Amino acid sequence: MLSYLLQRLLLLLPTLVGVTCISFAIIHLAPGDPAELRAGGGLGGAGAEGLSSKDRGNLDQALAAWRAQYGLNRSLPVQYWRWLCNLVTLEFGQSFKDNQPVWRKIAERLPITIQLNVVSIVLIYLVAIPLGIYSATHAYSAGDQVTTFLAFLLFALPSFWIGTLAIVFLCGGDFFDVFPPGGMTSVGYSSTWSFWQRLGNRAWHLCLPVLIMSYGGFAGLSRFMRSSLLENIRQDYVQTARAKGLPERLVIYKHALRNSLIPIVTIMASILPGLISGSVIIETIFSIPGVGLLAYEAVLARDYPIIMAVFTISSLLTLISILISDALLTLVDPRITFSGRSA
Amino acid sequence: MPSSASYWRRAWRHFKRNILAVIGLWIALALMLVALLADVLANDTPYYMVYQGTRYFPLLQSGLNSLGMATLPPELRHVDFTQLPAERVMFPPIPYRPNRIDLQSPFAEPSAVHWLGTDKLGRDVMAGIIHGARISLSIGFVAVGIAVGIGLTLGSLAGYFGGWVDLLISRLFELMLAIPTFFLLITIAATLRPNIFYTMIVIGFTSWVGMARFTRNEFLKVRNLDYVTAAVALGTPTRRIVVRHILPNALAPVLVSVVLGIAAAILTESGLSFLGIGVPADLVTWGSLLNEARSNSFAWWLAVFPGAAIFLAVMAYYLVGEGLRDALDPRLQ
Repeated sequence: MLSYLLQRLLLLLPTLVGVTCISFAIIHLAPGDPAELRAGGGLGGAGAEGLSSKDRGNLDQALAAWRAQYGLNRSLPVQYWRWLCNLVTLEFGQSFKDNQPVWRKIAERLPITIQLNVVSIVLIYLVAIPLGIYSATHAYSAGDQVTTFLAFLLFALPSFWIGTLAIVFLCGGDFFDVFPPGGMTSVGYSSTWSFWQRLGNRAWHLCLPVLIMSYGGFAGLSRFMRSSLLENIRQDYVQTARAKGLPERLVIYKHALRNSLIPIVTIMASILPGLISGSVIIETIFSIPGVGLLAYEAVLARDYPIIMAVFTISSLLTLISILISDALLTLVDPRITFSGRSA
Repeated sequence: MPSSASYWRRAWRHFKRNILAVIGLWIALALMLVALLADVLANDTPYYMVYQGTRYFPLLQSGLNSLGMATLPPELRHVDFTQLPAERVMFPPIPYRPNRIDLQSPFAEPSAVHWLGTDKLGRDVMAGIIHGARISLSIGFVAVGIAVGIGLTLGSLAGYFGGWVDLLISRLFELMLAIPTFFLLITIAATLRPNIFYTMIVIGFTSWVGMARFTRNEFLKVRNLDYVTAAVALGTPTRRIVVRHILPNALAPVLVSVVLGIAAAILTESGLSFLGIGVPADLVTWGSLLNEARSNSFAWWLAVFPGAAIFLAVMAYYLVGEGLRDALDPRLQ
């Protein structure tokens, strides 16, 4: 088991290098020069057209100096190699925008996004598993069909629509003022508040974003739970359990449910990438200063170091979550072992 | 096996019994019709007009004009028909173009004049939604077409040849799965010049992995069956075996993921234009209308209607896809 995990961890590295290589190439080959963009922005968006030849020469010199500062004048493979070497020492470079170390900017915002995602995942599992169990134990009843339909409806509702509706109708506009219009904390928030006050304020702000991030997951996971449990209920060992006179509760919860949880564990790996990309939209709608919003702003400003850092970190998170769910699989299902299987 | 006619007939019979799927199919067809007829449904060029004693059919005639068959007199080619003192005139049901700016009536509430209100530039929301259907559906169809092309090719290559080809292509799948696709999408779309054709291509190139893995697994299953061995023994060329003998078996599951993929592509496209990425700023799309509601939260109609259009389209294709999945699965019949 341990050697298998180590092997997988080692295999993770070439995949990560591949991912960063592809994204590096795409980002840098795409049109749009960050130096020009920066200069255009600095000249009040006027660009360089209206400049005299002397000014143009000065500007070109400044741009060249700026490119040299960030190593953008080197060839692409050299740039990538230097980026990779820096990565080994966890050095992501500096943001083009404000020269802040990328590492610090991400470290500031990552906890917020992780908080949002973890709460969402927990909520998804807490809601979807009981819902799936109900649907499976009452399969084809009216209740099952209503839950199925509702889950389906939720699945098809675009989260950015529900988010916008919530902003328009619930967040103080012309209609109801139930939730704050965005951000993480209220204006008057201070660290001198009591713990419960701070927690309450945070919860009030995160309530809508978390709900909107997770409702799509309810549907997928509860359907999955339902079919997994149904499959097990039809197995012979459940028949046996019933035949020997066990109460239905025990049959379901002690026998069938345990086995049907196995695929539920593995699906975690596929939920996470969706949540990461979902947080771009949710954080933009609710102006939550997380990594998603940072990434969105960085993309618009061609802030290469930040884009690359977000790519790397989110790919790493995805790869690790795949690894963890594989490892969990061996824990919950003793039949599955990885020893002797070459990766 | 799926290629026989009776298989498809039985599947269709099964599909028809599923009321939700049939409703989805009707909505999808209606939306397609709206997309095709957008210029006839919402336009500021009248169907019929009597002007200075002469009868005109301006919409038809300007259509012929743009095809190079000039029938509209030059003085009527670039005029605002709504301002023309015509004796008799008959406009389409929505007498606005989606990008017709009317600074006199920004943020008009829904009324008899503007059925679903107007946006910040006074553009009619109903016209925007009707023409947005064309943009969203065409992006959905083309993007999925690209994804199917890549997915089927790579999937069947990996599945049929196995060995190092499979190893190489499977590594590529793993890479694509580890890349945060939506983030990659906004990165590429934001760096390219805003253009719906780029958006189609980018969505297509980032959404083929599922389809490819599907095809690969199907090929692995079928590859060693006796009938394929028989075909090989008969000396059938590899290309013919793959295209004629194996691929039809993979068609049913691929069809399901095509329909579900259209829903996903429409969702992605509206998500992108909601973020203001990938479509030109002056193009009205479902996502761009919805985006305006964010900064103008009093304009509830901008939040409700464009979003409802996205939801309706996405749900229709999901319903059809789920119905197809049930209908095409022989185990369920």
